[in-house]
Parts: sequence; structure tokens; C-alpha cells
Amino acid sequence: MTGFMTSPHHLPGNPPGAPAATDRAPTSTPFSRALGIAALVGIGWLVVFGLFLSPNDRVQGSAVRIMYVHVPSAWLAYLAFGVTGISSIAYLWKRTRSLAWDRLAGASAEVGVLFMGITLVSGSLWGRITWSTYWTWDARLTTTAFLFVTYIGYLAVRDLGGTHQQRAKRSAVLAVLAMMEVPLVHFSVSWWRPLHQNETVENGKLNGLMLFTLFVGLIAFTLLYVWLVLHRQRVLTLVDQVDDQGLDAAIAERRNEAVPASGGAT
Amino acid sequence: MIAMLNAPNVIGSYVVTLGGIALYTWRMLARGRKAARQVPRQDRPWT
Repeated sequence: MTGFMTSPHHLPGNPPGAPAATDRAPTSTPFSRALGIAALVGIGWLVVFGLFLSPNDRVQGSAVRIMYVHVPSAWLAYLAFGVTGISSIAYLWKRTRSLAWDRLAGASAEVGVLFMGITLVSGSLWGRITWSTYWTWDARLTTTAFLFVTYIGYLAVRDLGGTHQQRAKRSAVLAVLAMMEVPLVHFSVSWWRPLHQNETVENGKLNGLMLFTLFVGLIAFTLLYVWLVLHRQRVLTLVDQVDDQGLDAAIAERRNEAVPASGGAT
Repeated sequence: MIAMLNAPNVIGSYVVTLGGIALYTWRMLARGRKAARQVPRQDRPWT
């Protein structure tokens, strides 16, 4: 036999047309591979410029180098939560309702939580140098932590169970509400005058190589975000399909169980 | 260059950032590979 079932590359019991078990990059496409390479190159540049080529700050010294990962992480978290909110609105709007929007929202929120976590940790390490403490309950830090916890809650709500449509609807409502927190975090530095510094780029406090390095970080992290969300929403699609298959199999099994019972009764 | 005094925090922030992203990426791709074993190739809209 030379059929696919005899092939060592397939799992036993898989239906015809099933993918190979050695399929190492099932969510990859030529475009995503190119994007991934571009993001990796960008991150390499960021490490070289951020750690070695950019100058020390007159006031903060070498601690300013944390900015090149801290600020892009925060920017990406805002972007990710914004995409989650907009995708959720697209799902809730009947004319554009599609589970693809829900999966995009979920993928973006997960990546946003990752970047928000990185923002909090890198900010703590920076704060230890500049403020002599890892944490203080000032307005920016507190609202950021609150935003982080809110989106962890959003991800927990997505895992509550039910049909894909139920998941999509309840999480979309929550995402739209959670999105309103993002401006609160961003403008907290101007509204409450906390310990956290004001916007550095908007106020023109950076120039030359420092500004260039920051933009390298922003571009690299944005490319990385697109790559991560692209793959994550494809993984979510696969997981949803596996769930559907499991449900179909369970229904078929119950039907098969019912056939002999009904046959015996007649 | 990085002053020795701040080096643990500066390098630590890069390690946490890149390490966190790498760990998440690895776990996500592993989940995708696991799920893909049960989904026929023609059911992947992106291929």
C-alpha cells in the first residue's frame, strides 16, 4: 500500500487530506515568513542600537536604554487593545458580524497583554534606577496595572465556554468597555501630574540617534505585533475547528448509541 | 556603552522583553502545530 495512511508523516486515524504530522509551520505563509524575518532584523537592530550605539542620557545615563523597549511595548499594547476594541465593534455590528473579527480581537488582546506585561516589568526596572523603587502607586502605573488586569479578565472571559458565538458576543461587549480605559492610561500623566514623566517624543526632548533608536524599536515591535497576531488568529481558527470536530464527533457517537437502543425497542 | 551600575536593570529589561516574546511565540506555534494535526490542510483558509 502506498496510500497516505501508510505514510509515517501522518497520524493514524486521520482522514484523507489530513496534514502531515511533520508540518512544522501550519500557520505560516510566504508573506508571514517575510514579515517574521523583517521583524527579527528590526529587533536585531534595536538590540545593537539600544544597547551599544545610542548615547547615554545627560540626566539618566545608561538607564535611558530601557526606554527603547519600554516605550514601544507600551505603544504596542495600546495598539493591540485598540484593534481588539475595533474588531469587537465589527463583530457586534450585524452587517459585519463574523467570527473572524472575534478571533482577531482575541489574538490582539493576548498579544496586547504580553506587551503590557513587558511594559510593567521594564518600567519597574527603569523605576528602580530613577526613582529607587520598583513600584509606586502613582496615576500612570496604577492605571496601567488596572488595564493589564482588565485584559487578563477579558482573556479569562473568552475561555468561559459555550459556543463560539456566545464567546464572541460576551467578549466583544467586554472589549468595547475595556477600550475606554486606554485614553485614561495615556492621558494620566497630564491629568494628574504623577511621578511618571510626560511624553518625551511629543515634547521634542529626544533627538539624533536616540530618536532614531526609538523609531527602530517602534517599527520592529509593530512588525512583530502584526506577525504575532496573524499567527495567533490562525491558531485560534485551528483550535475552533478542532472544537467543532469534537462536537460533531460527540453528536455522531450519541446517534450511534441511540440506533441499537431504538432498534431493540421495536 | 552601558554603565556597570545600571547594567543588571538595563540588560534585564532586554532579557525580559525578548525572552517573554520568544516564550510566547514558541508556545503559540506549538499550540498551532498540535491543533493542525487534526485539521485537514484544505480547511486552512490562508493556505
